Amino acid sequence: MDIFVCIGSSCHLKGSYDIIQLLNERIRRDGLEDRVEVKGSFCLGHCTDGVSMRVGDTIVTGVSRENFDDKFEEYVLGALER
Amino acid sequence: MKQYKFDTAVQLLKYKVLRSVVRHGFEDNLETCFYDIPKEVVPGKEATMRCCVYKERAIVEERVKMAMGGNPDNPNIIEVLDIACDECPVSSYMVSDSCRGCIAHRCVDACPVGAITVTDHRAHIDSSKCVECGRCAAVCPYSAISAHKRPCELSCKVKAISMDENKKASIDNEKCISCGSCVYQCPFGAIMDKSFILDAVKLLKQSALDGSRVYATVAPSVASQFGYAKLGQVISGLKQLGFSDVVEVALGADMVAYKEAQELVEKGFLTSSCCPAFVSYIEKSFPEMVPHISHNDSPMVELAKFIKKTDPTGKVVFIGPCTAKKAERLRGDIADYVDCVLTFEELQALFDGREIDITTLEETVLDNASFYGRIFARSGGLTGAVAQAVKELGVSPEEFALKAVSCDGIEQCRTALLKASKGVLAENFIEGMACVNGCIGGAGCLTHGPKDKTQVDKYGELAKEKSIKDAISVYSLGE
Repeated sequence: MDIFVCIGSSCHLKGSYDIIQLLNERIRRDGLEDRVEVKGSFCLGHCTDGVSMRVGDTIVTGVSRENFDDKFEEYVLGALER
Repeated sequence: MKQYKFDTAVQLLKYKVLRSVVRHGFEDNLETCFYDIPKEVVPGKEATMRCCVYKERAIVEERVKMAMGGNPDNPNIIEVLDIACDECPVSSYMVSDSCRGCIAHRCVDACPVGAITVTDHRAHIDSSKCVECGRCAAVCPYSAISAHKRPCELSCKVKAISMDENKKASIDNEKCISCGSCVYQCPFGAIMDKSFILDAVKLLKQSALDGSRVYATVAPSVASQFGYAKLGQVISGLKQLGFSDVVEVALGADMVAYKEAQELVEKGFLTSSCCPAFVSYIEKSFPEMVPHISHNDSPMVELAKFIKKTDPTGKVVFIGPCTAKKAERLRGDIADYVDCVLTFEELQALFDGREIDITTLEETVLDNASFYGRIFARSGGLTGAVAQAVKELGVSPEEFALKAVSCDGIEQCRTALLKASKGVLAENFIEGMACVNGCIGGAGCLTHGPKDKTQVDKYGELAKEKSIKDAISVYSLGE
């Protein structure tokens, strides 16, 4: 499964690189390297909602350092379990 | 109608043609309206530019053809519009009325080829003998001898322009580096760059139909353009045109600076490869120096490749100050990555052709690159970025000490290349920029002003990322 993190200007300013790092760390920690790949994407069209990412076909908005683990569990682990 | 601050009325005329072509392109009636455009641009009844409105319209028709891509049989991006060329009278060195027919006639003594005679108390230059060395003009105490060259020839520092048998300007494609200097300098607008604006129109129309993604990649010199609005409004305007995202080419510049520094440390001597006119100049005039050109892609190509990696079906439109970028796109496989190249002049025509007044729009942020990527837009910026990258790579001064020469304009490039080709250049890195002042002096700029450099530096300082490594950390995705 691919996760596209928005690296467009707006998300960049809101910290998309932090999110990319958190993703890479978490994927390593959970041993998901073979199942999940992190990729970059320019604007996903949700500029007002914080950092956006696309997990499979689902757009996840408003990702921050604080809520990262919750979002990861809900959308990434959730999608993998399905 | 709002008058935009172009430097010259020739630019304004070119822009009006492009704007009409954009309008009809979007309305899908360009073929049927082709012959209406000259009337739209030159409504008459009084002629303001040429002998009569009919000639004015005939010339506009040629401009329309250039706006639609120009002559497909001419591989050069830069073309002469024969009927627009005013056949400026030319006889290089001329003696004016200030000549007093003096007794000393230093001019006669200074002339190495015996081209000057004094008859009837006045010096005369035999143009068939004159070699244009200028020594006579230098020694005349009355400053009575001066050089008269056509503006196009004078502007062409690579000497690619001459006069053909009909006294029309003629471009030698073997020498021309497509820098566009003549396009900007010809007072009659008789030399133009081919436009690919209709390709952009096509991509945007297609995107509106099927949602395909079109990326605008904007050169950092944008900071000194569109002075009547804010940069954030230019970005909003691009999104309103239908571009799905706007990305700074300065990010590509950051990537290039980092790679170029590595290559330089490894090889010990290098010339830059960012400026396509400079690269073309080396190939055409200093072929022995070609092995020393950096193997890196230009920032435009580097960024386009990166975008296509993230979105293989996306389209990339480069927007910048440069006519030579249009030529660069046609080289090798670059067209696979860069789908269209536009100038700032053409972007203005796109905005107005779609009735987008950017001064009324909210601002949209633009932030992908570092300070160093952004200052590529001006002479010296590339050197600054490479110096920073060498530092960030952790190379010690003992290992490698950067000694760069920043060549501001093609004449300085020539001097450095000449020295380098003879092995007497003291520096180990040549930053070559064909346009004086760097990209902010490019032929496709709306305006060329003394404040441009300051604006580029200010824009650079606004970047979120302060180091090149931070800016290019997008590369390390998925590591």
